[in-house]
Amino acid sequence: MSLTEERRATGDPGESAQQPLLSLRGIRKNFGAVQALRGVDLDIMPGKIAALVGDNGAGKSTLIKTIAGIWSPSAGELLWEGRPVTIRSPREADNLGIATVYQDLALCDNLDIVQNMFLGHEVLSRRLLDETKMEKKAKETLSDLAVTTVSSVRQLVGSLSGGQRQSVAVARAVMREARLVIMDEPTAALGVSQTAQVLDLIRRLGDRGIAVLLISHNLTDVFSVADSLAVLYLGKLVSSGSISDYDTQKAVEIITTGASGGPASQGRERTLPAD
Amino acid sequence: MAPPDTPPTAPIQLGEDGLTPEDLARPGTLGGIPMPESEPDSTFGQYLTAWAKRIRYGESGILPVVAGLIVLIIIFQVQDSVFLSAGNLTNLLVQGSVFVLLGMAEVWVLILGEIDLSVGYNAGVGAVITAILAGPPHNLPWWVAIMAGTAACATFGALWGVLVIRLRLPSFVVTLAGLLGLEGVVLYLVSTNGTGGTIRITNNVLLDITNGNLSPAAGWIVAVVAIVLFAVLTIARDLRRRRGGLVAPPMAITLVKVAFVAAATVALVLICNTNRGELITLEGVPYVVLIIAGFLVLYTFMLSRTRFGRYLYAIGGNAEAARRGGVSLGWNRLWAFTLTGFTGGAAGIIYASRLGSISNNIDGGTLVLYAVAAAVIGGASLFGGRGKMIYPVLGGLVIATIYNGMGLLGLAASYQYMVTALVLLAAVTIDALARRGRTST
Repeated sequence: MSLTEERRATGDPGESAQQPLLSLRGIRKNFGAVQALRGVDLDIMPGKIAALVGDNGAGKSTLIKTIAGIWSPSAGELLWEGRPVTIRSPREADNLGIATVYQDLALCDNLDIVQNMFLGHEVLSRRLLDETKMEKKAKETLSDLAVTTVSSVRQLVGSLSGGQRQSVAVARAVMREARLVIMDEPTAALGVSQTAQVLDLIRRLGDRGIAVLLISHNLTDVFSVADSLAVLYLGKLVSSGSISDYDTQKAVEIITTGASGGPASQGRERTLPAD
Repeated sequence: MAPPDTPPTAPIQLGEDGLTPEDLARPGTLGGIPMPESEPDSTFGQYLTAWAKRIRYGESGILPVVAGLIVLIIIFQVQDSVFLSAGNLTNLLVQGSVFVLLGMAEVWVLILGEIDLSVGYNAGVGAVITAILAGPPHNLPWWVAIMAGTAACATFGALWGVLVIRLRLPSFVVTLAGLLGLEGVVLYLVSTNGTGGTIRITNNVLLDITNGNLSPAAGWIVAVVAIVLFAVLTIARDLRRRRGGLVAPPMAITLVKVAFVAAATVALVLICNTNRGELITLEGVPYVVLIIAGFLVLYTFMLSRTRFGRYLYAIGGNAEAARRGGVSLGWNRLWAFTLTGFTGGAAGIIYASRLGSISNNIDGGTLVLYAVAAAVIGGASLFGGRGKMIYPVLGGLVIATIYNGMGLLGLAASYQYMVTALVLLAAVTIDALARRGRTST
C-alpha cells in the first residue's frame, strides 16, 4: 500500500458527489430527563478526517459512544454506506468496521507490541499461537503506517512513549481493517513531537481511505489535520462544514456561545423545535 | 484548507521528504528507520547490547535469582564442604521439590494479580485423600488415589475462583477463609481415618515418587533425549523466524543457550548418578526431579504458546483491555484458580511421599508463604501480569538451599526464617528497583 500525498491538493468541499461512509440522522439520546443529544445530523466521508469539537458537556462523548455501540440512541437513524444500521454493542461496531481508540488506549503494558495488536484476535496454527505470522503482520501494518520510532515490535508496550502507544492502538484498528476510526482526544496527554507523530498518523489513515472521527479540544491540532469540522453545543450540532470555512477565532466563538454564525449556508445545520 | 505543516520538532518525517514507500518496505527497517538490533543478521555483540538494554529496562528475568543462588552455594560450600557433595545436592533437590511445585501452583493466580493463600492446606487435603484411598482398607490403585486427591484440590481451587469471579470478592479473603476451612478438613480427615493423628503411606509407587530413582542408564537416556529435543526445537524456531524474514537471535547465542542447558542437564545427571549410599548403593535421578521437569515444560508451554496463557497475562496486565479485546475474563480466571488447586494437590502428594505419611500437624500456613516466596524470589510479580514457571523453580531452589545449608551448619530454625526473610526482601527490592528503572526511562 503506497502513501498518496496528493490527497490534500484535491481536498475540497465537493464531497457531496461521494456517498458518506456513516450518516447520523436526528440522533437523540436521553438519560432520564436529561437530553444529552438533541438531534444530531452528521456525515462522515470515507478517507476524510472529520473533527468533532465542543465544550465540556456538549455531548461529544455521548455521540461517539452511540456510534461505538456502547449504548443505543433514543431516537434517530444511523446509515452505514446509505443502509440503515443499528449498532447495539461494541462487537457489532467492530463487525461493521468501526474502531474506537479510547483515551486510556486499552493496552496491556506487560505485553509486547505484537501481543497487544492481536489481543483477543490471535492467529493460531494447529491451535497454538502463530508468533511468526502475527509478528510479520504487525510489522507490515506499522510499516505501512510509517510508525517509525519503535525499535522492535517485541518491545513491551509499557516502555513506549505516549505517542508510540497511540500509534500501536491505531495500528491495531487498521490491522483489523477498520474503515472508520474514532479517536477520542488522541493528543491530550502528549508532548509537541509526539503530537506531531500522532497527527501524521491520522493523516496517513485518511490517505489509506479510512475515515477518521477526531474528538479534540486542541484547535491547532484540528486545523492542521481535519477536512471538516462539526461543533456540538449542548447536545446540538450548531455548525458544520469544510474546515476551510472556519478559522480558530470563529470556531472558538461557536464552541463557547453556540452562535451558529458559521457556514450555516451549507445547510448542514438543523434547528430543532424547542421541547 | 490548511496544509499539514511539518513541525520542526518532529522526529524523522517519512514519506514526505526523501523516503519512498520502497524505503519503508525494505526489510530490516521499520518505517525507514534501520533497527540495528533487529536486522536478521545482527551480530553477537549487537544482540548482547540489546539484551543489556532490556535488563536496564527492568526486564532482568532470571539473572538476579541465578546470581543469588550461586552466592548462596558458594557461602555454604565454604562453611561446610559437605554441601556440594552428591548426596546432599540430591537431597536438596528432593527437599526443594515441594516448594517448587507449590510455587508453580501460586504462579497461575499471581499472573492474574490474585493470590491463593489456601494452597498449603489444599496440598494437605490432596495428600490426605490420596493417602486414605491408596491405603487400607480401600487399597485403590495409586493412580486412582492421585487422580481423586488432585481432583478434590482442583475443585476447591475452582470454588475460590467462582467466589472471586462471580461475587467479586477479593481473592485474599476468599482464600484466607479457604486456608482456615481446609485446615479443618485436613484435621477432620486425619482424625477419622488415621491413627494417632497420622496416616501412613504404604503404597510403594507413592513412596517411590521421592524415594525412588531412575537407573543411571535411564537417567542418561532421558537427559540425552531432553537435550536433543531442546536443541532441535530452539534451532527450528530460529530457522522458521529467519525464513519468515523476522529477527532471530544470532546462531552463536542459540548455540550458547543450548550448550548451557545441555551442561546443566549433564551436571544434574552426573550428580544424581553418583553413588550416595553408605551401606547400600543409592544412585540415579530421583523420580520427583523428572516430575518437576515435566510440570515445568508443560506449564511453560501452556503459558507461552497457547491463547489461554496469553490471556492470563493480558488479564493480569490490564483486565479492561483484555475485555475490550473480546477475552472472556471469567473462564480464563476460573481455569487459573483450578490449576492452582490441582498443582497444589500434586505438591501435597510429593510432600507426603517424602515424609512417608501425612499428619495433622502439616503447617499449610508456612507452606503457602514459602510458595509465594518461591515465586516472588524467582521474579514473579504480586501485582499481576508477570511470572514464568521457571521462577518458582529457581526461587524454590533458593529456599531449599537456605533450609538445607543452614541445617548442615547446625543453625537453629530461627536463623533459617530470618535469612529466608532477608532473601525475600532482597528479591522484592531488586524487582522494585528494576521497575523504577523502567518507568523512569
